[in-house]
Amino acid sequence: MRPSGNRAAILLVALPLAFLGVFYFYPLFEIFSLGLAPGGQWDPGAIADLFSTGSSLRILWFTAWQAALSTVLTLVLALPAAYVFARYRFPGKSLIQSCTAIPFVLPSVVVAAAFSALLGARGLLNEWLMGMWGFSSPPIQIEQSLVSILMAHVFYNFTVILRIVGNFWSRIHPDLSHAALVLGASPWKAFWKVTFPVLRPGIMAASLLVFIFCFSSFGVILILGGPRYATIEVAIYRQAVHLFNLPMAAALSLLQICFMFAFMWVYTRLQRSATVAFTPESLKTTQRDIVTNTDRLVVWGTVFLLLLFLGSPLLALVVRSLSTGSGVSLLYYRALFENAGQSVFYIPPAAAIGYSVGFALVTLVMSLCIGLPVAIFLSRDRGLATSLLDPLFMLPLATSAVTLGFGYIVALDEPPLNLRASLIIVPLAHTLVAYPFVVRSILPGLRSVPAHIRESALLLGAAPGKVWWKVVAPMMRRSLAVGAVFAFTVSIGEFGATIFLARPEVPTVPLAIYRFLGLPGAMNYGQAMAMSTILMLVTAAGFLFLEKLRTGPEGEF
Amino acid sequence: MMKYKAALLFVLLAAVCLLAGCPKNDAAGEVPVVRVMVHDSFSIGVEVLERFEKGHGIRLLFLKSGDAGAALNQAILSKAHPLADVFYGVDNTFMSRALGADIFVPYSSPLLASIDESLVLDKTHRLVPVDYGDVCVNYDRAWFDREGLPVPQSLDDLVRPEYAGLLVVENPATSSPGLAFLLATVGTCGEDGFVKFWQALKKNRVLVTDGWEDAYWGKFSATSKGGRPLVVSYSASPAAEVYFAEHPPETAPTAAMTGSGTAFRQIEFAGILKGSKQPESARKVIDFLLDTPFQQEIPLKMFMFPANKNARLPEVFIEHARLASRPVILDPEVIAQRRDAWIRAWTETVLQ
Repeated sequence: MRPSGNRAAILLVALPLAFLGVFYFYPLFEIFSLGLAPGGQWDPGAIADLFSTGSSLRILWFTAWQAALSTVLTLVLALPAAYVFARYRFPGKSLIQSCTAIPFVLPSVVVAAAFSALLGARGLLNEWLMGMWGFSSPPIQIEQSLVSILMAHVFYNFTVILRIVGNFWSRIHPDLSHAALVLGASPWKAFWKVTFPVLRPGIMAASLLVFIFCFSSFGVILILGGPRYATIEVAIYRQAVHLFNLPMAAALSLLQICFMFAFMWVYTRLQRSATVAFTPESLKTTQRDIVTNTDRLVVWGTVFLLLLFLGSPLLALVVRSLSTGSGVSLLYYRALFENAGQSVFYIPPAAAIGYSVGFALVTLVMSLCIGLPVAIFLSRDRGLATSLLDPLFMLPLATSAVTLGFGYIVALDEPPLNLRASLIIVPLAHTLVAYPFVVRSILPGLRSVPAHIRESALLLGAAPGKVWWKVVAPMMRRSLAVGAVFAFTVSIGEFGATIFLARPEVPTVPLAIYRFLGLPGAMNYGQAMAMSTILMLVTAAGFLFLEKLRTGPEGEF
Repeated sequence: MMKYKAALLFVLLAAVCLLAGCPKNDAAGEVPVVRVMVHDSFSIGVEVLERFEKGHGIRLLFLKSGDAGAALNQAILSKAHPLADVFYGVDNTFMSRALGADIFVPYSSPLLASIDESLVLDKTHRLVPVDYGDVCVNYDRAWFDREGLPVPQSLDDLVRPEYAGLLVVENPATSSPGLAFLLATVGTCGEDGFVKFWQALKKNRVLVTDGWEDAYWGKFSATSKGGRPLVVSYSASPAAEVYFAEHPPETAPTAAMTGSGTAFRQIEFAGILKGSKQPESARKVIDFLLDTPFQQEIPLKMFMFPANKNARLPEVFIEHARLASRPVILDPEVIAQRRDAWIRAWTETVLQ
């Protein structure tokens, strides 16, 4: 590469690296040195403890395999849907697509409530089965089991595969596999030998996000799995908060980070050889209308299953928020608007929504500012720099929220970085979790842009910047929109760090829900459900808005 | 491209609104701001707060910092540059950790005279009691009426076969009511007997959840589709069930088991953080927390009992909230020393 190219590359990652340095590595370093080198004296005792009993390794093992299993399950269930959304045009598509992301923003307590309303011992399905078939005890017993963990993980992460793979898939020309079919390949062979290799970077990027998300899963494990299951994230929380054993918490966090780095390293190596260049196509040529009966069956069948699986728990929440002691009414919604107890901490729903959306938009902008340069930098193979930095940039997503939260308390305590009680700290923390989604949404597409397209533009006399702006960027617009939607979603739903960092007078909607759930009484629970329903509506509206933006005047690319 | 510019403008505007429109903390001019660090469950009425702020020319800024454990840990971690002047919400299970970390300065408020003597555990007055409550088993009244089963009266009743599969408790490693209930069993069955009690409870199919929210809203038959009519909660929870009902019922749908030795008394304390730059104002805040106007707020805001003997209880509390007749009280020092071992023994007995 030319030296000027190097300089440009360094400039590109300077801002993201500085951001990570100040808001990730520095706080992490401070909390680690407090835990592992108390009083400036390096004390590896905790790390030795980590390996002496084997229980930490067992936790690591469980964490890894439940994440892997969750990822595979999500992939198997979401890939057919991704195909349908990539290949067909049908009415209501963007609305349905937007709604699949709603689970992502719901607090796990609320999702657990929805699941148990449907599948619990006294849930809808069990009552129906018992009434219908005369079972004497509930036939479905999945409370506090691995099955509910896996189901919840699929429920949460379905959208990640659907959006990222679906978007990537929609840019691949169907002629590729048609050619194989014409040449006599079976449909399965055509998929496996032709479509899959081209699609692989997209699948890998999405799977990676799902894996990391399930790897650092917290609420789902605690509430749906019950206390018998513990991931590293849960172990860190117990050590840090309940036992205040900082050395152990730091050692576990270090283990979590090292494992993720190693995993990512392998991933990066695999990914490097996986990219197949292809010319991205316009949606006009890759998508078709529903014509035959088979089309109808495939599309509406998929949509039906999607709504059944993702929609019914959500519907259960809406129903719960409307069913009061005296029949169906808006009682709980009305109560949201009254400060009945005259509490100082009362927040009108509109204000909570305002703060949530405000934080999410700031997060969105910051995530794009960080994620876009990172993706551009990583899109070219730069040897060691890429294989080091690629895992590095993903680490924040895989780091325990409580470790980082405590790190902020210790590190960001003096001017000019005295941000502990400032408002910006919330979107800062959200950005750390959100920008990896932007990177992974853009990167597969960016890598598969054939070099010759860029080169011909250069050859025709366009400046490198112009090539970017006029040639590459338009192809990336939809991936960018997908990344932006994820950044928005991650911020709206984030809870673990927000509860530490948000100021009580500026709570987000999930915090408001949590406040209602903190006290006994039917009105509190009803209002929590009403607030959750509002959260779903706001999220869906936000997605639709972002969706509208991405279809520019030139039409979809 | 117009659409993009509009969108960009919109986002920037939203960012500016968010940053500019939010309540300013230190911009209140002359009025000194006292920061009070509290846990999630803290609450206070507008009127009482305003009267105090006007009366003393102080503004209070509350920092909610997670649950009781997380908030205290943050106070300890920020020792060098304290986040706040006053801390509220250390309970007797965390008290030794707080005092051991040496983050509080003593203040013998004149109002301690009207505070219940038995609650003043720290004789040096670095931490003063603000409120208390009993953690105990709550039961679903309608369920027991329907089944015609007598309500269990003691811990020993809970392990009897007729109550098999009825109780849900919280994990003491992750939940403060869970820990409090474990301490109740330690206090009642003794250090040698509590493991045996939990073995029996496990055989009786006790269900464990990680937090109070999931136990109460997910598994308790009185409040959810869960099938368990017995749950570990607070002795004042039934009052909240009445107060937060759609139409306040005559009798509470739930009630608390308050028999001798079935409950653990949880006491919550406040103190002035070391390094506060305005100790004078911080003292006023402690006085305020102990004085009757705020103390009378406690029952209906936090569903705990006020520590001040002169505070009047609201009607709904007098009628529906009970205190345990002889709750377990353990020395905070002992709790601090043995807590890890007890939790480990419990985990091995119940979860493995």
